[in-house]
Amino acid sequence: MIEILKARAKQGYRTMSYPNGPAPEMPTRFVGKAVLHPGTCSADCQACVDACPTDAITVKDGSPFLDLGRCVFCRKCQYACPSGSISFSRDFQMAEATREGLILHPGDVASAPLPNLDIKKLFGRSLKLRQVSAGGCNACEADTNVLGTIAWDLGRFGIQFVASPRHADGLLVTGPVTANMELALRKTYAAVSYPKLVIAVGACALSGGLFASHDETHKGVTDILPVDLFIPGCPPHPSTILDGLLQLIGRI
Amino acid sequence: MAAGRFLPNEGIVPLSDVPQLAVSELRQCVLADIDDGARLVALFGCPSNATLRLFAVLAHQYLGQLSVASTKVTGSYPALTPECPEAHLFEREIYEQWGVEPTGHPWLKPVRFESRRKWEGARPHAANQSAVCGEIDFFQVEGEEVHEVAVGPVHAGVIEPGHFRFQCHGETVQHLEISLGYQHRGIEDAVVRDSGKRTLHYMETLAGDTTIGHTTAYCRNVEALTGTDLSARAEAIRGIALELERMANHIGDLGALAGDIGFLPTLSYCGRIRGDLLNLTALLCGNRFGRSLIHPGGVNYDVDEEIAEIMRERLQSIWRDAKSAVDLLWRSSSVLARFEGVGALDSDTAQAIGLVGVAARACGLPRDVRQSFPYGIYKKAHIPMAIGQNGDVMARALVRWQEIEHSTAFVLDQLDSLPSGSPSVRIGKFPQESHLAVSLVEGWRGEICHVALTRQADHYQGYKVIDPSFHNWFGLALALRNQQISDFPLCNKSFNLSYCGHDL
Ligand code: SF4
Ligand code: SF4
Repeated sequence: MIEILKARAKQGYRTMSYPNGPAPEMPTRFVGKAVLHPGTCSADCQACVDACPTDAITVKDGSPFLDLGRCVFCRKCQYACPSGSISFSRDFQMAEATREGLILHPGDVASAPLPNLDIKKLFGRSLKLRQVSAGGCNACEADTNVLGTIAWDLGRFGIQFVASPRHADGLLVTGPVTANMELALRKTYAAVSYPKLVIAVGACALSGGLFASHDETHKGVTDILPVDLFIPGCPPHPSTILDGLLQLIGRI
Repeated sequence: MAAGRFLPNEGIVPLSDVPQLAVSELRQCVLADIDDGARLVALFGCPSNATLRLFAVLAHQYLGQLSVASTKVTGSYPALTPECPEAHLFEREIYEQWGVEPTGHPWLKPVRFESRRKWEGARPHAANQSAVCGEIDFFQVEGEEVHEVAVGPVHAGVIEPGHFRFQCHGETVQHLEISLGYQHRGIEDAVVRDSGKRTLHYMETLAGDTTIGHTTAYCRNVEALTGTDLSARAEAIRGIALELERMANHIGDLGALAGDIGFLPTLSYCGRIRGDLLNLTALLCGNRFGRSLIHPGGVNYDVDEEIAEIMRERLQSIWRDAKSAVDLLWRSSSVLARFEGVGALDSDTAQAIGLVGVAARACGLPRDVRQSFPYGIYKKAHIPMAIGQNGDVMARALVRWQEIEHSTAFVLDQLDSLPSGSPSVRIGKFPQESHLAVSLVEGWRGEICHVALTRQADHYQGYKVIDPSFHNWFGLALALRNQQISDFPLCNKSFNLSYCGHDL
């Protein structure tokens, strides 16, 4: 017992002060939200489009457009671009309430905070989620799970992952939704009582990501269920997921 | 393998030089080699017109060599499994993917409910085979007080899906059957379909918690095929990343084991320490799982003196925290009572079913690619092998802890003596002729094996991935026999196998 108390003293208090204090600092090499520079593309250039593994980029009228729902943040487009039209910031706030909202337009600075007041009223102080992995690679799952550890302590916002869909207010889904998981996902959703939410986490869940063209998978959760919150990344940084959840329930 | 062709780890051989034996010869030579202590690391099919060419890759640990041989089959062939249990899942897979039946196989159930691959010799699924994932004829135990428990695919925690079917007598598990496939994304097939810009990303996401392990295995094949020599610096950085991945997962597992027996202090400390280790990988490349770090030819990010210094400092403090958190486990009699003797596998069973990695070492089997088939940095810097004895939860926990210790020392050493050189070199040209390349990497769960079969240049006619979980899930099923069903979470966590790495 003494040993346990000693260890407790040694380990100290580790929960971050965010969102009351500053946001945790992102690693220097972190690849966050893209910054697109309007009208800078060289004529007829498609270098980024050709380089992108997930067809996340399109070029229109001399400017690149980037779909955060498909992006796996590999920077291939940036490396391929001869005119410096694409760069990546360290901004980790990327969650959106609509699929269209995930398309980055050239010159975009910051996105508007999420609307959806009903959700804030209903779940603002208590949100119980059931996580379903439907073909996720275990990175999105792991960085969702990490929010439960003492460093992040999701519980202090009244958000908790529960063991049964019957106890949940909604689902947090990862993965492109494999054909083999479709039925289980539908059944789990049906088991959650109304009103209910669906949160999609990661490029796979948002658009099918790398697997969008596979017969073995769907193109993300919207193929199967209505989605209330989209959190981009491959996998999203825990800060990105936390920020999305807190915005959704109106805590920031 | 007398009749097989020997090659080193990350060796390549022209496909035309891979011995093509009669089915009976191949069987004989595999069985004889296994008798001699070799291990089946891969057995898979690749179509060649209307016949299926079966490839067997064996690891001869005491020679430090691999060997490969092949045979051609059409509708069926006599199964190896009855005499060689470690072939059991490989042969189920061959049947599921290609419809070629290993006759005499005792248990030809689906592996991952994937639809049959398209090829000239293809046959439709048997009418009695269900297309619905998880719908199989589970083995049933009958009798008074015998009952069945079904768990999954959706589990209680934030984890991947899989189905577990227990046959219990009271609290005691008589038999556990594990049915997977829910995570099947069709990656192997996609690599063959378009060997293109997504391939590297597929490797990074085969098993997201093993990004470095799988990506390294893939890149080493490409580098071997193209005759590319990495700089010593790139090798060292890859080694650092692989060991960080191992430490992060092992410490997370030790915490989770503590959690499963309700020992909360270690659970909460280790959860955080795991995050600190992932953040070291993010310091290296911006991503906590090592995405975009490794590519054919080296690494995308260098470790400059500033990063090395931060990493050294943080690692030292992580080590102190980890030691204080984990020492609590070994000092608490209540913990030891729950770890010892639970979920034990004996080394004969482990040997027979071809167990690898932490689980194998915990049974006393000295299986570690870094030692037996060293590559890259491990040719120069030797990491001691952690070996357990009893094959139980305790042994698997202890092996993990020792490996954290060894990896910490290794990373600190590497940071102190990073060789100079460019972190990345341009890769050479793929040979025009078809080749076979094999690479083994010791991921944190165990042996990762990638076999690439090129068609011409950088197009693949076959790409086989064997995650350590493929060998080890069956070990978990056997470890559960005669255990309390309430100990399943603990046993499961002590193996901590990958669902998507198995389902591909
Ligand atoms: S960073 Fe995103 S948009 Fe750019 S190439 Fe990679 S996936 Fe495509
Ligand atoms: S989005 Fe990326 S990290 Fe998340 S499950 Fe898909 S492949 Fe894995």
